[in-house]
Amino acid sequence: MQMPEPNLRVMDQRSRIVAGFRRLLPADAVIDAVAETRAYECDALTAYRCPPLAVVLPRSTEEVAAVLRFCHAEGVPVVPRGSGTSLAGGALPTADSVILGVARMTEVLEIDTANRVIRVETGRTNLSVTGAVEEEGFFYAPDPSSQLACAIAGNIAMNSGGAHCLKYGVTTNNLLGATVVLMDGTVIELGGAHLDAPGLDLLGVICGSEGQLGVVTEATLRILPKPEGARPILLGFDSSEVAGQCVADIIKAGILPVAIEFMDRPCIRACEAFAKAGYPDCEALLIVEVEGSEEEIAAQLHAIHEIALAHEPVALRESHSEEESAAIWKGRKSAFGAMGQINDYICLDGTIPIGELPFVLRRIGELSREFELDVANVFHAGDGNMHPLILFNANRPGELERAEAFGAAILRLCVEVGGCLTGEHGVGVEKRDLMADQYAPADMEAQMRVKDAFDPKWLLNPAKVFPLSVSASRRVAA
Amino acid sequence: MSLAPESEGELAEMVRAANGPLAVRGGGTRGFTIDGTALDTSGLSGIRLYEPGALTLVVGAGTPVSEIIHLIEAEGQQLPFEPMDHRDLLGTSGTPTIGGVVAANVSGPRRLQAGACRDSMIGVRFVDGTGAVVKNGGRVMKNVTGYDLVKLMAGSHGTLGVLTEVAFKLLPAPAAAATLTLEGLDDATAVRAMASALASPFEVSGAAHLPGQGTYLRLEGFEGQVAYRARQLSERLARFGEVATGRDPQAVAAQWAAIRDVAAFHGRSGDVWRVSVKPSDGPGIAARAGAEAVAYDWGGGLVWLLMTPGTDLRARLGAFSGHATLMRAAPETRARLPRFQPEPAPVAALTASLRARFDPRGILNPGLMAPAAVAAS
Repeated sequence: MQMPEPNLRVMDQRSRIVAGFRRLLPADAVIDAVAETRAYECDALTAYRCPPLAVVLPRSTEEVAAVLRFCHAEGVPVVPRGSGTSLAGGALPTADSVILGVARMTEVLEIDTANRVIRVETGRTNLSVTGAVEEEGFFYAPDPSSQLACAIAGNIAMNSGGAHCLKYGVTTNNLLGATVVLMDGTVIELGGAHLDAPGLDLLGVICGSEGQLGVVTEATLRILPKPEGARPILLGFDSSEVAGQCVADIIKAGILPVAIEFMDRPCIRACEAFAKAGYPDCEALLIVEVEGSEEEIAAQLHAIHEIALAHEPVALRESHSEEESAAIWKGRKSAFGAMGQINDYICLDGTIPIGELPFVLRRIGELSREFELDVANVFHAGDGNMHPLILFNANRPGELERAEAFGAAILRLCVEVGGCLTGEHGVGVEKRDLMADQYAPADMEAQMRVKDAFDPKWLLNPAKVFPLSVSASRRVAA
Repeated sequence: MSLAPESEGELAEMVRAANGPLAVRGGGTRGFTIDGTALDTSGLSGIRLYEPGALTLVVGAGTPVSEIIHLIEAEGQQLPFEPMDHRDLLGTSGTPTIGGVVAANVSGPRRLQAGACRDSMIGVRFVDGTGAVVKNGGRVMKNVTGYDLVKLMAGSHGTLGVLTEVAFKLLPAPAAAATLTLEGLDDATAVRAMASALASPFEVSGAAHLPGQGTYLRLEGFEGQVAYRARQLSERLARFGEVATGRDPQAVAAQWAAIRDVAAFHGRSGDVWRVSVKPSDGPGIAARAGAEAVAYDWGGGLVWLLMTPGTDLRARLGAFSGHATLMRAAPETRARLPRFQPEPAPVAALTASLRARFDPRGILNPGLMAPAAVAAS
């Protein structure tokens, strides 16, 4: 991965910059010992590493503002970091950058069930937002699979999704307000507990901007009343075409399941070997989950059952209890662990129009033979978000590079059929150089103008999202 | 003179060639008066793609909303955000276009449950102020590739670019619906009753209160589901009074169309203000406003006020969390009071900076969202 040449002027000033942070922050909020900054040299995309110049862990919006004001004046790049769970290298440092972590800002500031909102500091983890309102019968809907660890700050930066977004939307649909610190230290308030923006939807463009427009320190999030219950049905099919058609028919029938998960044969086999969930050995497996009261669930599952029968499933298992639900989900939830046991893997997350699924799976199979690497597919079938897992052995020279090339070919395929490079992980550094496959120069130019308006010196989260060649003139001018 | 492009390419040429302000309009149903050459987008119409099995719709920005609704209703689907029709409230005529709906992020009662217009949007194409064609997002509902300009364009009132194509995620239309009605509640109690309903697991998709008339809650879903939810919710709300349940599909649809279009104010004179606040603040805001008439939607979070002509509502309300938009007033009032809530300086600076970058000549709907001088600076 090519990264820009570090700014030597900044590197030379390291001790003075660290001393500056120590004047602004309590002693324990500044980390500069090489052994300790190493913990921040990568996120969950561990293939790329670079220790930062220093790490700061502020405890308040004021401290964040002080840090950014100082870095702005000194021309020091800043890499914001939530919990460091990005799969796209969204929090990968550059050698001349300072990591600004919000991990110590985890307070719940307000719970307002009458207005169905919670206000939190953004270092708080996704799952603990739900934890704070669960007793009152509410939950926070976006549920990325890293939700135990990932921070709201990172969720906002990447506009994270999850398995349940067909019904509940992604982060941007559940974010009502934010306190944002701009690169020059200015603090702005956007939105709040009310439901729409007064002027331009700045919050809408900040969400998903990968920490390049500002640092979000507090967020007002929509919370929803918990459904009465949920139960899945498992369906096995002889071909992915038929499974895809079954999904389309369910949706056309007016049913909105809370999740529709798809697994292909390699994935089913791996999960079965790992978790012994009793999955059928077939070409395509669907897990469809619906919510509501007992009666409502029964009625919806019955309707899905009827639709599925018309497609001659080779397996059909409706859950009637908590235990049966857990058994159906057991294999799917262990998919990544199962893959990890077999080999190293790269997880992609391109999105495709659901109708293109059979073609895309066929092409991925062909590419798998071409690149001589195995691939297993899990797929949020309701929303078209694919997660092909490419298996490789990192200890074999050249295999990582081959796996990456295979991944790039799959993502280009997603774009070709009308989809996109990333449905929920973000571009980061991982997909940065593929942006030109999806966007024309004018499209990227428009996005970079937004960056120009928020961060004219291009100091926030450098070298992410835009190909270096595309952003070069701006970074030099700044 | 007016411009009426028939294609995106033609529009781009017109914008590049423009040597003065352009007044971008869809159906012209929101009664804006903007100085400049009229730019009529109705020629950029048509259904580009509709895949009911994928809940995906892509249409030209000039497409009439009615045409879209007709098309998707035939497949049992709907625009989740239930856009209002402004004509009777604002005394305008014309045909509402989807581009106009997007440009103003227009959302009706279901905003509470299914999100605003911007939440259903998955892609845009537009021509910016330099005449460049830009696309963002696409036709898939989960997409975090690059910055989300789709949200930025929604509600930008044509000041960043002229929309040419918009893509939506649709939802299945419910097979059945019901309205639960409570009568005789004062505003504050009504908002509490609505909050109680909205905290239930029954997916209330509309919560409105018309003082002196009633408090209304909408349930949608399958037949049996709506019946079940209506029973459960009636019990839950029994402490607020007697709950009447209406199940006639036409009557329920008409009732919510009336709430959506603020029918309570139709045919009445006075200035119309739209205030967006935290739902529980709604009654306090209405009380401070001293309005001639009030209508609440979004569980209390959307407050429609009918005011004595010329009243400076914002001065009367003082500082509050939310914003007030002047929707209808005489020209002399318009000249005095900005349509949109003025923004705090750092936010206004960002907005102006964005506008200057997307429309460096300041020719797209100048003065509509901010004073022209600011937009041009």
